[in-house]
Amino acid sequence: MAGGVARFWREIPQRYNIIGNKCGSCERVFFPPREACPHCRRKSLGKMEDIKLSGKGEIITYTIIHVGPEAFKEQVPYPVAIIKLEEGPQITAQIVDCNIDEVKIGMKVENTFRRIQEDGYTGAIYYGYKFKPVKE
Amino acid sequence: MRDVVVIGVGLTKFGELWDKSFRRLIAEAGSKAILDANIGGKDIDAMYIGSMSSGRFVGQEHVGALVADASGFSHLHIPATRVEGACASGGLAIREGYLSIASGMNDIVVVGGVEKMNDVGGNFATETLATAADQEWEAFFGVTFPGLYAMIAKRHMHEYGTTKEQLAQVAVKNHANGALNPYAQYQREITLEQVLNATMVARPLGLLDCSPVTDGAASVVLCAAEKAKEFTDKPVKIIASGQGSDTLALHSRRDICTLDATVHAAKMAYKQANLTPSDIDLAEVHDCFTIAEICAIEDLGFVEKGQGGKAVENKITTLDGSLPVNTSGGLKSKGHPVGATGVAQLVEIAQQLRREAEKRQVKDARIGLAHNIGGSGATCTVHILEAM
Repeated sequence: MAGGVARFWREIPQRYNIIGNKCGSCERVFFPPREACPHCRRKSLGKMEDIKLSGKGEIITYTIIHVGPEAFKEQVPYPVAIIKLEEGPQITAQIVDCNIDEVKIGMKVENTFRRIQEDGYTGAIYYGYKFKPVKE
Repeated sequence: MRDVVVIGVGLTKFGELWDKSFRRLIAEAGSKAILDANIGGKDIDAMYIGSMSSGRFVGQEHVGALVADASGFSHLHIPATRVEGACASGGLAIREGYLSIASGMNDIVVVGGVEKMNDVGGNFATETLATAADQEWEAFFGVTFPGLYAMIAKRHMHEYGTTKEQLAQVAVKNHANGALNPYAQYQREITLEQVLNATMVARPLGLLDCSPVTDGAASVVLCAAEKAKEFTDKPVKIIASGQGSDTLALHSRRDICTLDATVHAAKMAYKQANLTPSDIDLAEVHDCFTIAEICAIEDLGFVEKGQGGKAVENKITTLDGSLPVNTSGGLKSKGHPVGATGVAQLVEIAQQLRREAEKRQVKDARIGLAHNIGGSGATCTVHILEAM
């Protein structure tokens, strides 16, 4: 993706450890972290605190990508979902470690640290979160 | 606020136009609109140009001045401004032109929209369109633009029982309309089976659920209503202009299946026009994917939330239905040169209200609505036009 290493590096806490933040005024949780809470706005300034999210949640919708971007074309077909995390925020990520036909709305999932993409054969490798089914 | 009318319209053929450059496309559409409006260069107070990504598609930014130059107006030094809001760039350009006349600052404004998408390869074009999504938190993780709309579709099916057949019927209808439009990229009908059996792009959306990559340009000339008589005897009045925004990322929205930017823009427009959805005779809506048209007719208030699929199945939105939608063929069949789309929608509505839509003419059409979306719904414009 455009921008190179620094652009990725500055998001490492969010991408590696799902660090969001919480409004000190209303306690709502955000991912990715926001400068201000959209509900409390000026009351939240200076009161946004980083928190590590559990990485557990539920699929609220998904798709199977059959035609992927250049950096993902060797992975097709692959599932991508919007997951509602336990703390409230929703997040877009790939679903892994299951058959693509097993992916369902309502499925419980948890995050896992994986390779996401790379800057060509000799470039930097970018890591981050994907989600896998929670084994009962 | 002064009343604003459309006094001229112009459109290029939409399609894969290998022999036409970015600047030739917009100059052609602009010239047609200027001739149709019966104005000259000296009458033009300002120009607004919608273009989503000329920088990536043709490596050229600074296209406000370029368009004025290519149109032959460099010596007149007309204020020319480029406006960008992803696929809603055209609708935003219309709104900027409208506001500048309504405010009293300008009397006559030429609005253009243009995109030259075929000079780059298919992958690069798809990735360029994906820049309308959140790059850090959506695209980085491998979701494509069709993938975002596919997730809206999947949730819509889950919540409301919308079927893949109902999605497909949007494409079938819009191709039937596009077959009657000599400017459309695909002037041919397609069958339900073809849509259902098309190559999968992002489940549940197949290739024929998706709008194509298109070259094309569109232009309208806007004028203060009080001056329009000098130029035309068939003005079409813009009775409302609404705009709304929402989170860039689909996952942060209040409801995955509702485009609140549309709801907001529509509410603003209906209030200004003092109308309700049932007063609208026809609409051009942003069908970048089949599911987008179903969401649009719900969010614009034509049908209840969740009933969009049924409405399409019941043929309410066909050319001879009670509310014809996308008589031009829509983005699906007419084509989707992203920056041009919002302007081209206004061209279709104006032609319908001027009774110039030929085989696509909606009988007795008096009030038409144009709905333009940027990204997966972060930007929306709604314009309502009335025949005079």
